[in-house]
Amino acid sequence: MKQAINSEIAFTYISSNKKLTAVAAMGVVLGLAVFIFMNSMMAGFDKQINESIFKSISHIRIYKDDEISKPLKNDSINPSLIINPKVVPTSNTIINPNEIIKLLEKHPDVTVVSPQIVTSVFYNNGKSQIAGSSMGFIPERGNQMYNIESFMVDGSYQAFMNNQNGILIGSGIAQKMNLTVGDNISLTSSKAVTKVMRVEGIFQTNNSREDKSRSYISLQAGQQLQKQGPTYVTDINVNVKNSDQAEKYSQLFSDLTGYKAEDWKASNETLVAGNKMRKVIITFVSFTILIVAGFGIYNILNMTVTSKINDIAILKAMGFRGGDVVKIFVTQAMTIGAIGVTVGLALASVLIYALQHFYIGGDIGYFPIYFNLGVFLKGIAMGFSITFLAGYIPARKAAKVDPVSIFRK
Amino acid sequence: MILQTKNINKFFTDPVRFQALHDISFDVNKGEFLTMIGKSGCGKSTLLYILSTMDTDYDGQLIIDNEDVSKYNQDKLAAIRNHKIGFVFQFHYLLPEFSCLKNVMIPALRLGQYSEQEIEERAYAKLKILGLEEQALKPASKLSGGQQQRVAIARALINDPLLIMGDEPTGNLDSRNTQIVFDIFKELTQEYGQTIIAVTHDNDFAAASDRTIQMQDGKIIDWDYKG
Repeated sequence: MKQAINSEIAFTYISSNKKLTAVAAMGVVLGLAVFIFMNSMMAGFDKQINESIFKSISHIRIYKDDEISKPLKNDSINPSLIINPKVVPTSNTIINPNEIIKLLEKHPDVTVVSPQIVTSVFYNNGKSQIAGSSMGFIPERGNQMYNIESFMVDGSYQAFMNNQNGILIGSGIAQKMNLTVGDNISLTSSKAVTKVMRVEGIFQTNNSREDKSRSYISLQAGQQLQKQGPTYVTDINVNVKNSDQAEKYSQLFSDLTGYKAEDWKASNETLVAGNKMRKVIITFVSFTILIVAGFGIYNILNMTVTSKINDIAILKAMGFRGGDVVKIFVTQAMTIGAIGVTVGLALASVLIYALQHFYIGGDIGYFPIYFNLGVFLKGIAMGFSITFLAGYIPARKAAKVDPVSIFRK
Repeated sequence: MILQTKNINKFFTDPVRFQALHDISFDVNKGEFLTMIGKSGCGKSTLLYILSTMDTDYDGQLIIDNEDVSKYNQDKLAAIRNHKIGFVFQFHYLLPEFSCLKNVMIPALRLGQYSEQEIEERAYAKLKILGLEEQALKPASKLSGGQQQRVAIARALINDPLLIMGDEPTGNLDSRNTQIVFDIFKELTQEYGQTIIAVTHDNDFAAASDRTIQMQDGKIIDWDYKG
């Protein structure tokens, strides 16, 4: 009841000054729409980049790092010294990989564990030769990790899984060597092993360097190219639930396995830094726009307070408390905010929808922007908190009006 | 006794320290029509605003309806003004966007003692006393000056206050409207037992009240001034 009169006064002020209300709400509409739009765009970019980057790398890679030769014992009194230390020429294989894989799979946040062998190879077909690298993995796990099936342009992944001597080649290699599915290609490794393999599929990542050099083979074929036995594995790749937090797990996995674990952020620092910079810029710009909208409300509320100073004085004389006056003006601000937020959400949706159907081409295709509930909720929360602040400050000023000084004028 | 002051002193410090009121002590009885007169700057308005509880910067005691309100906080004072005091100023201070009826209803809606339905009926009744029931639904800004002042009086009456305080309630009105307002005040005290304290410049207005206090230089110099 007592609240009702406060909001009734607030709504009367709003409806008796439709133009000002519309202008203030328009500020929120544009501010919020741009905020949501830009943040959706950022989320879209992130998704796009992650998708393309995780086509060829895993979240965390566990491998045996090169060791520099060290003295056998650490004696501080009679320090032994190695002049000109060098990399110890040991095998880069991971010992007992199956145990490590089982251990890693027990961790609840791990989604895929894939043992792999990366071999530098020459692709030979007749006289033509291309240098590249071939990744050997268990086909089933490899597909779970890189989702290779999704970017295959020819052949079938199923056939590759069934044929231990099958190979998937990049579209660049296929084009240069004039290979189609069913053709044979010969691979020569650095260990001078030559193996003839059957092309079971062709993939295209749209990263031309990858497409011109990369191929996928089975783990066994990789072991044969390296002249090694069935336990030979150079890398264990791990995917976790949230790729953004990969760095949290790398130290843990390193301690767990005793090998070096490197997350994708550490091995792609330039990319991560670029992402971070873009995030900072977009966040800054979108916040600025929203704050400018807040200033719009602040200004208009301030004007209202000034023009309604007589009303405020008489309301206080008639027994309205400071808190009631704050409520009147905050209600006014929040109503403007609510109108602005509602229309702003609609405008943002239209913008996102329109851009989703905008074709860019290249390896991006349609503009990478998505409806993201989190971004919308964040936008709503930001929109309301900024309108609240923008309304509260002039409302406080109104509450402090001394009625006597108005009546005695 | 409805209102009592004990040794009220008031100082202004800006631009120089200046004592506006000296040891003001007086009583107001129920049903009394009290006017305060004096030259400009004699402190009568200053005193009225202290009595109204809106000005809290004074020394001494102010007792309204047997409650010492001099140490009350702003929210408590607001509740007292809402419930027990009605105001009529020189200017009407109606809310221009609202109808006359709504203007009258606002203090009662704030008090929340009755339902909105009842408040509306009561507001109509008050407007009828003041001869304004025809104008009830018009926006306050569309009325003449005299009518607006009468709406303001109706608004002051809506919560059946113990006291009505007027600061030059006829100061802005022509003689005909002054007469109307004066008759209303007279009627309120005589027929409804309403207590009224008003500051005025108008000696005719003062002469017709029950009691007139004359002030000079922040002191009461005559307790029952007769023309």
